[in-house]
Order: sequence, then C-alpha cells, then structure tokens
Amino acid sequence: MEGKQYQLVTCTINGKETQTMVDVRASLTDMLRNDYRMTSVKKGCEVGECGACTVLIDGEAYNSCIYLAVWAEGKRITTVEGLLGPNGELSDIQQAFIDEAAVQCGFCTPGFLMTALEILDSGIEYSDEELRKLLSGHLCRCTGYENIFRAVKKTMLQRLGRI
Amino acid sequence: MYDIKALYEASSVAHATELLLAHPEAQVIAGGSDVLVQIREGRRAGMELVSIYKLDELRGVELEEDGTIRIGSLTSFSHITKDKIIKKYINVLGEAVDMVGGPQIRNIGTIGGNTCNGVTSADSASTLFAWDAIVELSGPEGLRRLPIKEFYIKAGCVDLRPGEIQTGILIPQKAYEGYAGHYTKYAMRNAMDIATLGCSVNVKLSEDKETILDARIAYGVAGPVPMRTPSAEQAVKGQPVSKETCRKFGEAVLLDINPRDSWRASKAFRCHIGEVMAERGLEKAIRRAGGGI
Repeated sequence: MEGKQYQLVTCTINGKETQTMVDVRASLTDMLRNDYRMTSVKKGCEVGECGACTVLIDGEAYNSCIYLAVWAEGKRITTVEGLLGPNGELSDIQQAFIDEAAVQCGFCTPGFLMTALEILDSGIEYSDEELRKLLSGHLCRCTGYENIFRAVKKTMLQRLGRI
Repeated sequence: MYDIKALYEASSVAHATELLLAHPEAQVIAGGSDVLVQIREGRRAGMELVSIYKLDELRGVELEEDGTIRIGSLTSFSHITKDKIIKKYINVLGEAVDMVGGPQIRNIGTIGGNTCNGVTSADSASTLFAWDAIVELSGPEGLRRLPIKEFYIKAGCVDLRPGEIQTGILIPQKAYEGYAGHYTKYAMRNAMDIATLGCSVNVKLSEDKETILDARIAYGVAGPVPMRTPSAEQAVKGQPVSKETCRKFGEAVLLDINPRDSWRASKAFRCHIGEVMAERGLEKAIRRAGGGI
C-alpha cells in the first residue's frame, strides 16, 4: 500500500492566519470541520448541488465540498464564524434572516449567508430576478425560499441606503 | 475524504506535461466540479490526479495584437461573464456560461474543463463552435492549435494527446467582428440543470441591415458532440432579413441535427425545439445586430 500524502496548508480563516498538515484527499469542508471545528460548514450532498457547505474564498462563494483542502494554500477563507462582531453581535444579514423568519431547520442557512455576503459585498443593486438567480445554488427544504429572498433583498437595500 | 490514489500539483505548464508523462494513468483536474463529483460517484475513484488548478497564468481574458480574443483555459465561468473584453466583443459567450449550474459552480468551473470533458451539453461548447474558436494545447512537442470542431472526436473524447493540456481558447477577429449572437438553453429548471438542447446563433448583417451576410449556428445535445448545421447556414446566406428567412433557417436545421432519445427528452421533442430555437435565435441575433424584424 502506498504511503499517505500530506501537505502543509497555510491560509487565512476568518482573518486569522492558520497552518495545518492536511491529507491531500481531504475536501475543504473536511479541513474546516475537522481541523478547525468550523461546524457552520455543513456536509449536505457533498457533490456541489445543495450549497450547504458554501464558504467565501478570496471573496467569492464556493462549494467547499468540491474544493481540495490543499488548494486553500495562500487563500483567504470566510465562514459564518467570521461574521460575528467582537462581542458576539450578529451581522446585518444574520439579523435579517431572523427578522424575516428565513431560518427553520437552519441546515442551509450558513451556506445561504455566505452567498448573500458575496452578493452584498459587490455593492450592486440587483433586480428581483437577478437576486433569485444568484441564490439558486442552494437548496432549502423548509422555507420555500421566499423569506430568504426577502432577507437578502432587505439587507441589500439597507446597505445601499434605499430603506 | 476523496478516494484519490495520489495528487500531483503542477507548478507550470511544462511541469504538468512532465507529470502527465510520468503518470500516464492520471486524470487532469482543473476546477474539479466534474472530476471530484465523478470520484464521489465512484466512476473515477482511486485515480491519480494531476492538478493544474494553481496555474494562474492560465486565467484571464486578453485581446492580442491581431485582435484575437484569448481566454485562458482556467478562467472561471463567472470571470468570463464579468470580463470587459468578453462583454464588448462576444457577450453571448458570457451569457451562455452564465447558465451553467449555479453561482458557486460558475465560480469554480473552468472553460477548459467544460470543453475537455467532451460533453455535448456543455453550455460553452456550442457558443465556441458558433464563434469558430481555436483550441490551444501544450504538450511534449510544444504548442498545437486546432479548430474546436476537430478537437471533439466523439462523446466524452477530445483530441488530447499524452502529456497535453489545454492552455487557451482563441477567437480570431474575423470570427467575431461585425457579428451579434444569441444563446438559448432549453432545460427543465432555470438553475442547476443540464441543457435538454442548447443553441447558439451568430449573424452578420449588411451595412443597410437588410441582408444576412453570414450566419453561424451550433447546437449542444443535438448529436454526440456539439455541432454546426451547415445546411441552415447556407440557406440564409445572402438572404433578406425577414421572418420568412428565419423560418427557413429553422427548417434547414432538421437536415443536419441528429439528437437521440434519452430519459431527459425524446428525439422528436429535441428536433421540434431545435427548429424553434433556431428560428427565434436568429430573430434575436438579427435584432441585436441592428436589424428590424
């Protein structure tokens, strides 16, 4: 049997520089959950369809389940754990999810929040149709999406000073 | 954990060739949105992988001196859609790849992977056929360029020789200058779906916008590999801009396309929508080219 292959991976997770030895067969989901206890990163379908494992890599949303952990070398990764303020305050988008009742079982929520963050950080005012398309990489079996859509739209308009 | 036998990370294009020659059984992995899913399914489980993901020199879109648009093979779909050069000259390609999968897939999926997997349903492929794209490959014997039509050999099989990787996709100036296009994806869902049929149309009109100087049309899923339909292109060349011409265009498509019956759709249905997509696609492309119809 061939020996296991490991690689040292240095990356920034939620603003903190980190380093760990990673099995080359690990997905980024595996590394974030097992090595860093970032359990907001959910294991859903593990084939890039449900979006529950979504994280930001250098500001763009990726399914971390179909991303090799060793590719994270030198990257800046953001998960829901990085959204909290210094005293544990919720961010605007998290608060909007609560206010709009966009969370039921909560399994899809961290992924949705990450995609929402890429949308909000772009600073662009999207139409309803565009927003729906941008949120289409996530499955939610509880809410019917309408409340999630409303939470993202409200935060987008708030950030742009429209409401 | 993925069932991967070994992972070799290429540090340059030449290194990728070396690794592929040293490990002839290895599979190239670019973004991984096909390969990793196939490993999970078991279809490619236990394989050696040569990763070209970190070759940043293969990312980005450039306009070369002679007007050729060069798209690095590792450029992601979302970066193609957002790119200024693409928007200005061949916007329809940006629109087509914006229909692949969902947003996260479009951030990781690459145009090189989309063409090298040899799949007929690839949203980028039909549009690249309609733009007369050239595929650039780099291997042990150096660079090789060939028209995208010759790159596709049969379903799931492209002309990649041992040690070769695709480094770029080129669109010559004469292929896009003066043309306007339109891409239609017919699928059951608006997102995260594979095309039942994809159709890309480009058209060049005369200066007075009354005559079609040239039209190109290509399909995905109308045969085992993406294809052009020469009968339809011939039928409208030099014809006046009119509804009648567009109708003829759609009819002539049926002489060339050969879709199959599959669990996703029947051959009869694909032929029917193929005709309608050609007719409407040409109308829309004509409008974009400034023609009144």
